Amino acid sequence: MALLLKNVHAIDPQVSINEVCDIVVRDGKIVEVGQGLSIPKGETRDMDGKICIPGLVDIHVHLREPGQEHKEDIASGTRAAAKGGVVAVCCMPNTSPTIDNADVVEYVRKRADEVGKCRVLVAGACTQGLRGEVLSEMGDMVAHGAVAFTDDGRGVQDSGMMRRVMDYAAQFGCVVMSHCQDEGLVGKGQVNEGAVSTRLGMAGWPAEGEELQIQRDIALCRLTGTPLHLQHVSSRRGIDMVRRAKAEGLPVTCEVTPHHLFLTEEAIGADYNTNLKVNPPLRTADDNDALVEGILDGTVDCIVTDHAPHAAWEKDVEFEEAPFGMTGIEASLGLVITQLVAPGVITFERMVELMAINPRRILCQEKVALMQGCTADLTIIDPSCSWTVGEDGYESKSTNCGFEGAELVGRATDTYVGGYATMQDGAIVE
Amino acid sequence: MGFSHKHLIDITEYSAEDIMTILETAKTLSEVNERRIKKVPTLQGFTVVNMFNEPSTRTRSSFELAEKRMSCDTINFGGSSTSSVKGESLVDTMETLNSYKIDLAVIRDKHAGAPQLVAKHTSAGVVDAGDGKHQHPTQALLDLYSIWQEKGTLEGLHVAIVGDIAHSRVCGSLVPALKIMGSTVTLVAPQTLLPPRPDVLGADNVSSYFDEVLPEVDVVYMLRVQRERLEGAPFPSEREYHMLFGLTQARDALMRPDAIVCHPGPINRGVELDSFMADHPTRSVILDQVYAGICTRMSVLYWLLGGSDNGSAS
Repeated sequence: MALLLKNVHAIDPQVSINEVCDIVVRDGKIVEVGQGLSIPKGETRDMDGKICIPGLVDIHVHLREPGQEHKEDIASGTRAAAKGGVVAVCCMPNTSPTIDNADVVEYVRKRADEVGKCRVLVAGACTQGLRGEVLSEMGDMVAHGAVAFTDDGRGVQDSGMMRRVMDYAAQFGCVVMSHCQDEGLVGKGQVNEGAVSTRLGMAGWPAEGEELQIQRDIALCRLTGTPLHLQHVSSRRGIDMVRRAKAEGLPVTCEVTPHHLFLTEEAIGADYNTNLKVNPPLRTADDNDALVEGILDGTVDCIVTDHAPHAAWEKDVEFEEAPFGMTGIEASLGLVITQLVAPGVITFERMVELMAINPRRILCQEKVALMQGCTADLTIIDPSCSWTVGEDGYESKSTNCGFEGAELVGRATDTYVGGYATMQDGAIVE
Repeated sequence: MGFSHKHLIDITEYSAEDIMTILETAKTLSEVNERRIKKVPTLQGFTVVNMFNEPSTRTRSSFELAEKRMSCDTINFGGSSTSSVKGESLVDTMETLNSYKIDLAVIRDKHAGAPQLVAKHTSAGVVDAGDGKHQHPTQALLDLYSIWQEKGTLEGLHVAIVGDIAHSRVCGSLVPALKIMGSTVTLVAPQTLLPPRPDVLGADNVSSYFDEVLPEVDVVYMLRVQRERLEGAPFPSEREYHMLFGLTQARDALMRPDAIVCHPGPINRGVELDSFMADHPTRSVILDQVYAGICTRMSVLYWLLGGSDNGSAS
């Protein structure tokens, strides 16, 4: 099985490539990158005007299976990923039952093998049932393929417990990914504490509720030496804490989401749009700016979606009753190109670092570069494609996308996983 | 005639002229309540649903009386009969009520924004009768009415609102309403009972020193300490609250001679007010507020159901 991508604009800072060339893929691997290439047999595709990058990896995704298949399942969630140009996701363990033991890890991996349209990397829970009380069987989960540990959706409240998690995880060489939320301070917070929480008459979720645990977990990283990945950092001070931890040389990484980059609390108006209810909440324009500054100076390692599908009936309720989270994996690439790359805030190379290279590095996954010998996990982008989020529906089972109606330029047209197309010319390959 | 509102959900969408229109009509309609037969046929044939999804006695009975005195057909929906007990969502409940072809829904809910959600699912007008910690616009209107009746104007008055601002939907509407009408507003509370951004509501000043504020104001609006709504014990004891923020006989001397005392009820005697102040013959307008509730709600019904152009015979 051979594939020739003709006249594609290859961009990959790992091999310092940024030029139009041909790429030959055979048996799932890139076998040649160069000019005027041909293959004796196989498929040749003309990619004139398109960009090829190492495939996107989104390391913060809720696939909802097992247990919440009315929101999403592994089939629909990975279709949504492929549609967004994503070749691999890391799925969060807050399913039902929780991914806190090897059986559930096996189940998810097996389903992903059967029905997945992208690679599925499994994050196991740090603690049993995400309760923050007893260590989960991390060793057994690693033996069955788990790649990271997190209690995402909750912060581990007890500092001694979090230390134990990090100390114990150290032996497996896995990163601990931390959802930072001090439950005492955050309470029933619904939206960022401040002007909007006051205007809408709802309990505030102050940035300090996140920052306290960011600072604590950085301290525990220093104490234990275990790699720490801070999830969905949303505030200026949070970013600054990560910046200082990195300057100190600690093994700390962090992620930001498109919604924390490009939306503010002001987007939540008198319509109480529950699709904008996310955790941590949308914050201020100054926080948006700080996240971009973090992207520019290298503090931010990756952009992830925290793709969090919920059924329409679950979101069409009183704001305070609605679950947290929005979908985003189908819009993420277009948003980053439109908001950051097209205006010249960052280069395509930096985008590739943020959305393809660093996510793999954080999860200690095999490097994928546009060079001979690498796995052909590729994303093909039409950088001039104009489209509107949600106009053609979604591959996800859920429609709770906070960017619905956003007009974007730039979209993935083809997604290759191990040399096989999961999306071709904008359509999922069945 | 500029009044063109379909809903009364967010008081900040109302202009000073809109509010004055409602208050003046309330004044006119108050006469109905003085008759032996307290009923006019003005809103005959209009169907109003009172949808009270959390316990309420005063607001609900005030709305009901106002509706009956205006001759609306009224049904009550909620409380222990509420469909949410059976697992129905608010949206589905509203869709059901909408199929009854109702003209107006009066909604009380423990969730902020519930009236906005309901309004999306009905062609009827919606009146917010209190949503969570957010707003309570008819309470604000009746307060304005009472103050206006007492003071003859709202412009240039200095009003202190004292107590649990953070959990108060009354404040969510009253502070912006007072600002719309040209009053000055000072909030008085410990920081544990203040919202994160009082300025967003429109407050001119914030103080935790009641005795410094009292001599400066024309109206002292005491909020109820809502024991049912207090999370995480924001003050150590009712005794200390009364000491620091209670309006007591001892504080009477600090007040201007013509200053009045308001309270949305029900009163916790001995907590936010002592009996001397609650029953003060010249200062307390607390029972006038209750009466104003009927008059202003009659007026709100009148204007939202079409005002003079509603096509009714009267």
